[in-house]
Amino acid sequence: MERPLTQHIKKDGTPLSLKEYEATGGYEGLKKALKMTPAEVMNLVKDSKLRGRGGAGFPTGMKWSFVPMGEDAPTLKYIVANGDEMEPGTFKDRLLIEGNPHQLIEGMIISGFAIGASMSYIFLRWAYHEAARRVLVALDEAYRAGYLGKNILGSSYSVDMELHTSVGRYICGEETALLNALEGKRANPRNKPPFPQVSGLFGKPTIVNNVETYCNVPHILTKGAQWYMSISKSEGGGGTKLYGASGKVKRPAIWELPLGTTLGEIIEEYAGGMQDGYKLRGLLPGGASTDFLTPEHLNIKMDFEEVAKAGSRMGTGTIIVMDDKTCPVGMCLNLEQFFAQESCGWCTPCREGLPWTAKILMALEEGKGRPEDIGHLTFQTHYNAPGNTFCALAPGAMEPLQSALKYFREDFDEHINSHRCKYHN
Amino acid sequence: MAKEKVVSDEAKKEIEKLFHHLPHKQAACIDALKIVQKYNRWVSDQALEELAPILEMSPNEIDSVATFYNIIFRKPVGRHVIFLCNSVSCWIMGYEDIRKAIKEKLQIDFGMTTKDNRFTFLPIPCLGTCDHAPALIIDEDLYRDLKPAQLDEILAKYE
Ligand SMILES: Cc1cc2nc3c(=O)[nH]c(=O)nc-3n(C[C@H](O)[C@H](O)[C@H](O)COP(=O)(O)O)c2cc1C
Ligand code: SF4
Ligand code: FES
Repeated sequence: MERPLTQHIKKDGTPLSLKEYEATGGYEGLKKALKMTPAEVMNLVKDSKLRGRGGAGFPTGMKWSFVPMGEDAPTLKYIVANGDEMEPGTFKDRLLIEGNPHQLIEGMIISGFAIGASMSYIFLRWAYHEAARRVLVALDEAYRAGYLGKNILGSSYSVDMELHTSVGRYICGEETALLNALEGKRANPRNKPPFPQVSGLFGKPTIVNNVETYCNVPHILTKGAQWYMSISKSEGGGGTKLYGASGKVKRPAIWELPLGTTLGEIIEEYAGGMQDGYKLRGLLPGGASTDFLTPEHLNIKMDFEEVAKAGSRMGTGTIIVMDDKTCPVGMCLNLEQFFAQESCGWCTPCREGLPWTAKILMALEEGKGRPEDIGHLTFQTHYNAPGNTFCALAPGAMEPLQSALKYFREDFDEHINSHRCKYHN
Repeated sequence: MAKEKVVSDEAKKEIEKLFHHLPHKQAACIDALKIVQKYNRWVSDQALEELAPILEMSPNEIDSVATFYNIIFRKPVGRHVIFLCNSVSCWIMGYEDIRKAIKEKLQIDFGMTTKDNRFTFLPIPCLGTCDHAPALIIDEDLYRDLKPAQLDEILAKYE
């Protein structure tokens, strides 16, 4: 099985140096790209069916194609890597950045070449101190070797790259809020349109992609679009995916597997099934803002289409496992407290609705729930539905709750009827 | 007598270096706050006033940015800051036990600082190491797969 993104990541946890990265074929993709035209690179990525790994699965080549190109296009354009990774239960980009920072840097340079960017930023969350140190070392190595800066490897292409460490807020991961943060402002999301591809950072065309998305690009360049599609088990997209599992499974970890590996394989084979004494009750397939699935769904493929058909989203691909001794209401409370705290406050349904939701769930957990609370919670899931809020944070916050009300309704009722949480006391 | 400056010349120089790549000075606001915090451990009202002319913003504008973000401290913090992950995977894996143990050992809960100013204790969302939950950060050091029994040894490293 091919694992292009992680096969060279060292077991001892140290990062690949530039020399080590080059020895694995590193920066060959960039050399190849510089001999092509930007349009050819963009088409290759389109043909590979690479889809964004940040959660929404937008086709990457298509996203790039909205950037104005040619003589009349702005000379200043930006490439930004989204390394905010604050979605609870998500721990994949950290591994890629810490394990092989040059792979990310190379992917960003190639992507920058494809859209004609002259400046690039790695936007990294504050808490990733070790990742930040390693990125700074790798950037320095890349500049010295002529992979960054003026006239890269003797070509006519030039691009600079800087690290920006965030100061902590989940909303910074939303791409337009991220741009405001990079501009030194409060990270409220921006209206779309205009889309960042046309008017992004400082009003210039900007591409924001997830860290994992960029890490795929060098491999597509060296091995081609056909190869990239051939290593996937999914109809809808190419490549591998970093899948993870946390919670009470035997071997919580991250695995790089063909896109479209089934949920059952990930949980049973790779994570080793549940710890002794625990049963699988439900799971969030791709981070905190995805709908619950249940053991009935273990045969579905973890790709964008099949998870959507089952009523959830693949999201970040990192699974949060809920066992039978964990309270679904308590878990929703933990999630909604997070979302309420991280709401940026810009629009009313989210600013008012999320704290209210958390308060109701808290009452249920404390044995103070009332029968009408189910109706209030259901109302919130509609009130904060897509289209009613300014960005996707609030609808995302409602995904675990609406599905918990569907699958674990008896737990909500029991909290209300018996005036207590049976999991706690 | 003039008040002693809290944004040192050294910090000011570091901030001014940022302007180089940026279309206007305000764009350096977040990084400037980080620099002030690096030297002073927190951002006081006086620091905002001294930053204002450097960034060509009003102290209020800078404060609206400072208060938006979780990691810019507008109140003094202890010599060391403990950030305990309280997000979902760590919740499932029992971060509450760690919180309780810290509470017993240091007599502080989330949002508090020990009397001797040694530790401030804060919650933080998912630290991106959920396969090794529960997890916490002290200053810049990450500790994972935590058990309450390990806390004495870990805390002893910080004076
Ligand atoms: C509240 C919120 C938080 C987000 N956080 C992240 C994040 O931490 N990392 C990320 O790559 N995308 C995040 N996204 C998605 C981004 O807005 C954007 O879609 C993504 O970076 C695009 O990259 P991709 O096309 O490569 O997937 C977030 C979205 C929302 C609404
Ligand atoms: S949905 Fe929430 S996070 Fe998004 S803009 Fe509205 S208040 Fe801000
Ligand atoms: S939930 Fe605690 S590290 Fe992810």
